[in-house]
Order: sequence, then structure tokens, then C-alpha cells
Amino acid sequence: MFQQYDVIVVGAGHAGCEAAVAAAKMGSKVLLATMNMQTIAQMSCNPAMGGVAKGQILREIDAMGGYSGIVTDKTMIQFRMLNQSKGPAMWSPRAQSDRMQFHLTWREMLENTPNIDFWQDMVRELLVEDGRVCGVRTGMGMEIRSKAVVLTNGTFLNGIIHIGEKQFGGGRAGEKASKGITEQLVALGFESGRMKTGTPPRIDGRSLDYSKMEVQDGDTEIVGFSFKNIEKPKEQRCCWITNTNDTVHEILKTGFEKSPMFQGRIQGLGPRYCPSIEDKINRFADKDRHQIFVEPEGRNTVEIYVNGFSTSLPEDVQYKALTQIPGFEKAKMFRPGYAIEYDYFPPTQLNLSLETKLIKNLFFAGQINGTTGYEEAAAQGMMAGINAHRVIREEEAVVLKRSEAYIGVLIDDLVNKGTEEPYRMFTSRAEFRILLRQDNADLRLTELSHKIGFAEQERMDRVNDKRKATDEIIQFIKEYSVEPSDVDAYLTTQGTTPLMHKMKLEKIISRPQIGILDLLEHVPVLKAHLGAYEKEFLEQAEISIKYEGYIQKEYDQVQKMDKIENVRLKPDFDYMALPSLSIEARQKLTKLKPLTLGQASRISGVSPADISVLMVYLGR
Amino acid sequence: MFNVDFEDTIVAIATPNAIGAIGVIRVSGKESLNIVNSIFEGKNLLAQKSHTIHLGKLVAANEIIDEVLVSLFIAPNSYTKENVVEISCHGSPYILNRVIELLLEKGCRLARAGEFTQRAYLNGRFDLSQAEAVADLIASDSQAAHKIAMQQMRGGITHKLAELRQSLIEFTALIELELDFGEEDVEFANREKLISLLHAIKDEIYRLSSSFKFGNAIKTGVPVAIVGKPNAGKSTLLNILVQEERAIVSDIAGTTRDTIEETLTIEGILFRFIDTAGLRDTTDVIEKIGVERSKETIQKAQIVLYLYDSSQENKTEVVQALNVIPKDKKVIVLANKHDITQDAIIQNETSTDWIAISAKENTGIQTLKDLLLQKVLEDNNTTQDAIVITNQRHYEALQLSEQAIDNVLAGLQQQISSDFISQDLKTALRHLGSITGSIDVDKDILATIFGKFCIGK
Repeated sequence: MFQQYDVIVVGAGHAGCEAAVAAAKMGSKVLLATMNMQTIAQMSCNPAMGGVAKGQILREIDAMGGYSGIVTDKTMIQFRMLNQSKGPAMWSPRAQSDRMQFHLTWREMLENTPNIDFWQDMVRELLVEDGRVCGVRTGMGMEIRSKAVVLTNGTFLNGIIHIGEKQFGGGRAGEKASKGITEQLVALGFESGRMKTGTPPRIDGRSLDYSKMEVQDGDTEIVGFSFKNIEKPKEQRCCWITNTNDTVHEILKTGFEKSPMFQGRIQGLGPRYCPSIEDKINRFADKDRHQIFVEPEGRNTVEIYVNGFSTSLPEDVQYKALTQIPGFEKAKMFRPGYAIEYDYFPPTQLNLSLETKLIKNLFFAGQINGTTGYEEAAAQGMMAGINAHRVIREEEAVVLKRSEAYIGVLIDDLVNKGTEEPYRMFTSRAEFRILLRQDNADLRLTELSHKIGFAEQERMDRVNDKRKATDEIIQFIKEYSVEPSDVDAYLTTQGTTPLMHKMKLEKIISRPQIGILDLLEHVPVLKAHLGAYEKEFLEQAEISIKYEGYIQKEYDQVQKMDKIENVRLKPDFDYMALPSLSIEARQKLTKLKPLTLGQASRISGVSPADISVLMVYLGR
Repeated sequence: MFNVDFEDTIVAIATPNAIGAIGVIRVSGKESLNIVNSIFEGKNLLAQKSHTIHLGKLVAANEIIDEVLVSLFIAPNSYTKENVVEISCHGSPYILNRVIELLLEKGCRLARAGEFTQRAYLNGRFDLSQAEAVADLIASDSQAAHKIAMQQMRGGITHKLAELRQSLIEFTALIELELDFGEEDVEFANREKLISLLHAIKDEIYRLSSSFKFGNAIKTGVPVAIVGKPNAGKSTLLNILVQEERAIVSDIAGTTRDTIEETLTIEGILFRFIDTAGLRDTTDVIEKIGVERSKETIQKAQIVLYLYDSSQENKTEVVQALNVIPKDKKVIVLANKHDITQDAIIQNETSTDWIAISAKENTGIQTLKDLLLQKVLEDNNTTQDAIVITNQRHYEALQLSEQAIDNVLAGLQQQISSDFISQDLKTALRHLGSITGSIDVDKDILATIFGKFCIGK
């Protein structure tokens, strides 16, 4: 009853959805297999997309042609550009989403994508022949054949949910765990591990007293995530901020003896940067309060997400503690917070294409690789989808460089360094942070994606327009000289020195106190020249000029790094036969099989001297 | 982040790092001709043919460092198949290191272990069968370098640097915390504290860098000038001092250069008597080349021996003469011909050390030697746990760190956003880490953030 597919995507979370879209849009016949079609693109945790570093990833996914940015733009109930007081590399878009709308919109977009079929069933087993995956076997016993498989199982593989002393199997609250795949993969030679993550309780918004909380509104102007022109919501919802206190902490402490974390029932390692509330109290005992963000789950629901209160303490302790938070005195709980433990596969078992080293045409993406976050998952899904499409056509894998995209940093880190705790992106993980901005994700990635047949022509046209306009603006700014009489009044109001003589516009734009948009508003002669350009293009030109020195410095470093980045290594190279390499380097290189010298240089235990030795053996 | 750069211009001393008649410095890379030409006083090297040798002077800020022979090998006709310049200097480690320092300033990078050979190989000089030998060479060189570094580190460098680096990491972590977790309830980096911390770190770097000069002095000799009026007995003194050290006097026969050096080793520390060419003649320095020349000599010296004839000159005259000696020089006044005058020496007449000797009778010489040694040891003004940087590579890393920290300070002053400041901070951390062996800056920063701050919703 099934056709032969090109790609089967197992799991329809953020990774699975993007994988299906990428492969299908490029022309593969895709089957999206999920245990439950009612939870496609479910936001299991926080109903929010983006944030610092994650917002940049989302912009990159969009620039490539993925759907996460569009879905977020369509379903957001609040938008904020974070970090606007900092440099442009730190500007980070973040949105509160309507959880239900998010799911529905994703499902609708998938249904409207040609080449994607759906099947609701649990995948129990992979079909593997001659070291190559060729389909899946489902819980209902069906065999479905395909040329490639992308596994995006999230937290479902042998998932165990913990609340206090209770524990039960499950992949999410109210959903069954998935069994069989880990056992099969381990039998095939894969190494697996356990990780842990958690989520806070959900509350009835009608039971909260918002007058005791601080309001957090969205931005007046919604920039959004997609480089396409997506209609944004006219009305935004606010969030609220409140705080825990000593009483809350004391109550929570009474549950410590039943805590699955502290009593050792949870083996998996949780993320240090996303600690449970009990962890915060325990590790940072001197802090007498912690922030709580009160976030609506959607436009048409009273459900509230208590951000900052992730916990796996007994539900009665959770409840009692919650009621001591200002505004929560009469809180009614919809469901308690919980911790979940699940299987993952150390990502050092993957190539940079996200194909496994052990089984050909098998790809892993998302939490199965030890990451956390919708954006991180979606990014991997998209890349796995692209490369699954390409591998069956024997085309070269698409690997984004660390200097090209946060997605490149993400996958390079995973594959070369592995991860022991759930991996989340931070801007500080990127050595070329100033180049990897949210405003230029399209300039960085759309052309590449268009070339491989993923990003559509419309996106490419837009990028060409942006490039052309930005160049024109920059050229004007570099050539044009400003009369003191035109700008001095304005410069003075901005607290910067007025001009003595004519000055190049470039020099004025370079001043930290001056913003191009505001400048145009106040200096008619400049507005006459530049006023016709779109705001986005003007800002792009401004960033290029203002931060030219820093940008150039990073470009220079990229060029240096590229020199070893582009030196290829054969995966079957016999490192053990090179006595000049250190023993540790020989072992690590043999195990990890890096594809380039640059990749080898980032493996811990491989020293610069080892790299020099390798260069000698590689010859010229 | 790790870079192998094939296009940097690299430099190293090609001869053993010891005192020899001649020392050769090899420069290889695209810019080698330009760089050497920029410090070379003589023919325009850029206009010369390959495989030619040119006589000239190496000059830094109007100071002649050495008279040298420069050999040009233009790509691809060189060992590395790149543009190569070989500079033959006088064999003093001091001069060689000065030249290296100068070339680094002009944009060269110190070659890594085996790097010339590696480049030669990569550019096709050897065939594949020789690859293994080259690889072994790199590996063993690097092991040797590592061993030396480790030995040096046991002396305390790692410890001090690790401390320094840790304070920088904590500072950077605070900045990163603001950037990645600015939305949360986190503490913010107090800019004023940051600035004072940066200055403290700069002081530390400065101290370590100056110790390099001291360390280098131990390795390459402490420059000492002997000055005084004609016939004060300078040449006699020099002869007595270096008499027993004849074996290591690096007198290059048949040359008329004025950089011939007489050296003396006292308890393992090498003293170089500079500009002694004149002293060897019957006429004295001041007489022969005038006051200007004498001042130049003093400028180059770390220790100045002022010799006067106590039977001819009175102390007031001497004190006047001493006034022209810059304050940063260590001065020892020698009242010569004490055998004749038997004049009482009042030690505390000036802050300067004042001792009586008789060059002729060889009295007071041991006192002088003790004093010379004491001057050097007190120079390393820290006490027993003193840290001495003697490795040029470490010195280079310190300098680069300092440069990056200056950029940070400039950025803070211009109130530039901290994401840019962080870029320079990380550069500084990387350079410091290249000495201590910890290169994964980002991991260290994240570990600090997670360890010290309560973040994450």
C-alpha cells in the first residue's frame, strides 16, 4: 500500500517537519511518519520561538527556505527584538507563539507542500541492508521502503517522565514513549546515552492576579523572522514578570527528599543553562529570589506557561510553592511540571551532513543528537532533509561553515566535540559572531540554498535587490560630503560634536551616537537622496559602515581558517600508521574520521603539531 | 580556533642559539623582502636579483643594531620555495634577539617548530618518501619545544598566567552573560571595575614582558658601558675584567666594526662590554669619537661604569659628569688609581655606588664583580617567586595580548557595544592560552558562566 519513497522522516516535531519540507521542496518523495498527527510541530515546552542565538538560527532556517520562520510570523502573539541596546550581532528576534495555531499552521503548510505523504504509526525498526538503510517497519507491522531515513525522535526513545516519586513511560505529557529503535541501533553498533530535560507546570490564567506582576509588552514594530513578507498580527498579547521568594524556596525544599533529581533516580544529565527551580535553589542558595515569566499559551486559551519554574518535585509541593508567588495566591494548576529522561546518540557518530557513519543514508536530527531547543532541532532537521535528498542522488553533502551560519557552528560542534549535556546555542559559541547576524542571514545563505534547488526564486530576487540597494547606499555614503549647516543642529541634539568643515557622510554615520534612520528624519537633504530606500537596506548599509573594522577583522580570520578548512581528509585514512602523531590524536582521529583538516583541528586532543604532521602527509 | 597560515611571513634564528662568530636569521614568506628591506640601510633589496649578497645596516628608530650581510633567495629558488632572506649578523644572542624583535614588529611571525621544512615540503621541495622524516622532525621539534616550555612553566609562568587568564575569563564571562542572557535577571559587568581590572592585567603583562628583557639579559648578556675621561684607565680595567674570560671573547678578526664585544661571566650571568672597540685602542672613547658617541653608548647600556682618576679629578667634577647619565641606568662609579691616592671613599655621597679600585694593582675588582652581579639580580625586582619569561614565543603572545587589551580599553572608552569588545577579549585570551596550553576559550567561558551564574528560565 506504500510507494517506494525517497525519504522517510520519522517524527514530526520541529526537526521532522523541516526535514520533510526541505527534502520535498527539493523534489524527493517524502513520507512523514508520526505517532500522532494531532501533535505535529508541537511546542512541548515553552510556547516561544527565537531569542538570543536561537533567533539568528531561525532567520537562517528562513533564509534557506525552511518554514519555521514563516509559521512563527503567522502565529505569534508577541514579538520582541532582544538586545537592541547592543551591537547588531546581538539583536535577536523572539516571539511568543500561539501553541495551537503553531501546530495547525505547520500542519497546513506541510499538507500544502507537494511530495509529502503522512502516516500515523510508531516506527519500531529500521530496515537495513548491506550497511544501508532502506526503510522502516512500524508498530502495525508495515514495511515501508525508502532510499533514506531521517530519525527525529525527540524525547520519545524510551522516554521516562518523573514527577516526585512517580515515574512512567512517555515521550511527552499524555503521550506514549517509543520503543525498539534504540535497542536496534545499539545492536547495529551505535553508542547511546541518556539525557534529561524538564518543563514547568501549566496554570489556569483566570486564577492569577496580574496586578501583582510587572507587564512585559511586545515591540511596537514587529520585525519578524521571515525574509518573505508575511502578514504580522495586528494585536499583541503581553507577558508578565513576577518573582519567587524565601517562602517559595522553603516549601520547595520540603520536596527535595522526593526529588528524582536529588535522589538519583534520574541518570541523564540535564542542561546547566536551563536548570529546574529546585536546582537553582540548591546551587545558588544565596539568591533569595528568581524571576518567573508568565507567558500565555495562545490567543484563545487561558492556559499559562510558568517560565522559570521547571520542576520535577511532587505535584503537591509544586502547587503549594506556586501559591506563594505574588499573583499566584489562588492559582489553579492544569498540569504539574515534570522531568523527562530519554535516549540520545552521541553526535560524534555522525558526519557533518548528519548522516550516520555506521549506516549509509540514515540521518539523525534534533534531540536524538543531544541538543535542546526547537530552533536547534529545526536547523538540524532542515540540513538532514537537504542531505538525505542529496545523498540518494549521489550529490555532495551541503555543510555550512562555522563562518557562514550558526547552523554550521551547531553541527560542527556536535559532530567534532560531542556533547554531554543537552546542547543549546549561545552566541558565544560562534567565533564569527559579528558576521553571523540576524539581519544578514539571507545574504549569507539564500544564494547557496537557491543553487541546490531549495530556496525559491522569489527569495533569490529579494536578496539580489538587497545587495544592489545596500551597495548603492554604501557608495553614496562614502562619497557624499555633508555641509555643517545641514547637520550641526541635529548632531548637537545627539550629544556629538558639530562639524567645523564639510565632512564625509561616512564619518558621521560611523559615530556611535548616530543612527541612519533618525539622521534621515532630521536632515532633509539626506532624506532626499536616500529616503526612497527600504529601511532594511538602509540599516544593512549602516551596519557595514559603522562596524567595518570589526567585520573586516573577522573576515580576515575566516580566510585564515578556511585554508585548513578546505583541506580534505579521506575518511578511511590510516592514522594508526602515523607514528609521528600523538597517541591520543591517532585514537581520536581514527574514531571521529574528520573530513577536513579544519574539522580535525577542532577535535580535543589533536594538537597544532598533529595538524602540522597531517599536513605533511597530505602533501600538497 | 586554530589557524595554520601558509601566507604569513615567518622568521627564526637558523644558527644555534649560542655565542658564535656569526648568527643567521632566516625569513620566509611573501613579505620577507619587503619586511627586511624596511629595516635595511643599504641597497634597495627589492631591486636586487636572486642569489645575491648585500652589505648594509639594520636600523631601528635611527639606532644601528648591526652591520649585516643579507642573502636573497627569490621564490621559487629557495629552500621553502618562497621568498627567503637570510641575514648574517654578528653572533651575539643579544643582537640576534634584537633583530628578531624588530622583524616581529614589522609583521613577521615566529616560525613554529619545523615550519620552514614543512613549507619546503608543502611547496614541493621534497618527494613523498621524505614526508615521514619531515613529520618526525616536526613532531620531535615540537616535543622538544614543549619540554622546554614545560620546564619553564614549572618556574611559575603557567601559574601566573593561568591566574591572569582566569581573571580575564571571568571578566569575559560577565560580558558574555550580558550578551547571551541579557534578558534575564543577571548581574552586569561594572565597566569601571572592568577598566581597572584591565589595567591590572596590563601591569601584569608589562611586568612579565619586562622580565623577558631580564630573562633575555641572562641569556644574551647584560650590556655594560665603561665611560670616563681619557686616561682614566678604562682599557686597563677592561683588560683586567675580561682577562680570564679570553676564551669567549668574540673578537672577529680582520674587521673594523665597532660592535666587537668583550664578555665576562659572573656566576652564570653574562656581561657584555659594549662599544669597546675604542677602548682597545690607545685612545679613549670620548677622545676619539666625541661626547655624542659616548652618550649613545650609555643609551645602549643597562649598567654604566664611570671610571675616573682619583688622583686627577675631584668628586664635584665627577658628580657633574654623572648628571648626564639617564636616571634609568644603573651606575657604578669607580675611583681608579686608588693605589696612588689612598683617598677615602664615602659610600653614601650619592645614591650611586662608589667604589675604589686600582686597575693597575688589580684591587677592588672582586668588589666590582660582586656589585655588577648584585645590580642584575636587584633588577629582577621581585623576590624568589619571580617569574622570568625567556621564551620569545611567550613574549610574542604577551605582546599580542596586550595589544588586544588596548583595543578593549579603546572600545570601552568609545562606549562601543560589548559584543565588539568581547571579540578583542577573546583574542587576548587566545594568546594567553597559547602559552598555558589552554586554547578552548569558548568552552572556558561557558563553563564559567554556568558555574557561577544562575541563568536559564
